[in-house]
Amino acid sequence: MECRSSVDIFTEWDIVAARQLGRNEAKSIGFGTVDQARITTAISELARNIYLYAGKGNIKIERTYDNNQYGITIIASDEGPGIADVRKVMNDGYSTSGGLGAGMPGVRRLMDEFNVQSEQGVGTTITAVKWLR
Amino acid sequence: MNKKMAKCIHENLDSILERWEYRMKDVEEERFFHFMPDELIDKTSREFAELMTSNLQYSEAINPEKLADFTEKVVRFGWSIKFVNKSIENFSDITFEIMEEEGVIDQSNVREYMKTFSKWISPHRNSIIDAYAVEWERTVKLQRIALQELSASLIPVFEKISVMPLVGTIDTERAKLIMENILDGVVKQRAEVVLLDITGVPVVDTMVAHHIIQAADAVRLIGAKCMLVGIRPEIAQTIVALGIELKDFTTTSTLQRGMQEALKLTNRKIVEVEN
Repeated sequence: MECRSSVDIFTEWDIVAARQLGRNEAKSIGFGTVDQARITTAISELARNIYLYAGKGNIKIERTYDNNQYGITIIASDEGPGIADVRKVMNDGYSTSGGLGAGMPGVRRLMDEFNVQSEQGVGTTITAVKWLR
Repeated sequence: MNKKMAKCIHENLDSILERWEYRMKDVEEERFFHFMPDELIDKTSREFAELMTSNLQYSEAINPEKLADFTEKVVRFGWSIKFVNKSIENFSDITFEIMEEEGVIDQSNVREYMKTFSKWISPHRNSIIDAYAVEWERTVKLQRIALQELSASLIPVFEKISVMPLVGTIDTERAKLIMENILDGVVKQRAEVVLLDITGVPVVDTMVAHHIIQAADAVRLIGAKCMLVGIRPEIAQTIVALGIELKDFTTTSTLQRGMQEALKLTNRKIVEVEN
C-alpha cells in the first residue's frame, strides 16, 4: 500500500473534499468515468454517514496493489456511537434518519470488497475496495 | 530605552537580516525562500524588517495607522499565516540575541527589556492574525454568496413548462433552496411540467436522490409534473447500484429529449416552418 491521503470529516463541505480526493486518486490509478462515479459516490455515502451519525471521522484513500491488480481502498473510520445491528443496516430501505436507506447496501454494490467493523460506543471502520480491471 | 533598541537594531540590520533569512530557509513548507530570486528576497526581507522596527523609533505607543499599513503589506506578500508568525518569532529572537551580543541587554536590565520587547512584538502579531482572519472570513462569505447565486432558479421556457438547471454540489442548504424555489416558481409561472436538469451535478448519492424525490413529490402535490433530465450514463449506473427507485417520474438522458416529452405532455410540438 502506498500513497496515503486522508480527509477529516467535520462539516458537510468536507464530504466534497473527500469526494474530490477520491476522484483524483481514482483518475490517476486509471479508472474509467463509470468507475470514477462509483468510487466518488461510495465515498460520498460513507463520508455522509460519518457526518450524520458520528459527527466527525476520517476518510482515507489508498492505492492498493495485490495479485497483479491495482485498486483503490477507501477506509472510513469514526469514533461515533457504532452500528447497533450491522445486518439490518445492510438491508435496503433501513434508515434511522429518514433517508432512503440505500447508502450502506449501495456502497457494497458500488465497490468490489466491503467490510464493516463496528462496536457500539467505540466506533465504526468501513473498508471498501474497488479493483481496476 | 526604545531609542537604544532601535539604534542597535538599525546598526546591526544587515547581520539580523542575514541570520533571519538563513533561519527562514529552514522552514520547509514555505516555497517563498526557495523559488524567489535573491534580490527579491532581500528586498522583501528589508521591507519586513523596516515594518517591524518602524514603530520603535517614534514612541512606545503603537501607531494604529502604521500597524494597519504593516499588516496590509504583509498580507500582500502572500505569505501563509504560519510563515508570518514564524517570521516574527525568528525576527524577535534574533534581535534579542544581537542586542545581548552587543551588550545593550545585560543581566541588570533584561526584565525591563523583555517588557518592552513583548509590547513591541505582540501588537504586530495580533494585528496580522486579525487581518488574516478578516481576510478569510471575507473570502468564505463571498464564496458563499457566489454559490447562492449559482443555486437553483426556475426558468420558464415555454408556457406551462419550466426548467431548473442544477449545477454543482447539492448540500442540505441548497436542497432546501431548490425545494423552495421550485415550489414558488411553479405557482408563479403556472408551470405544469418542471424539468429538473442534473447534467451539472457531479455526484448523485442517496442524499441528493432523496432531495430530488422529495422535490418531485412536492411538485406533484401542487398539481404539476416533475421530470428528471440530464442523467449521464455513469450517473444512471450508480443510481441503479445504489438501488434508488425513480419509477414515479419520467427521466431522460438529455434536456432536449425531456423538453420533447414535456411538450407532448402539454399537447404541443415544435414544427419546422416551410418557406
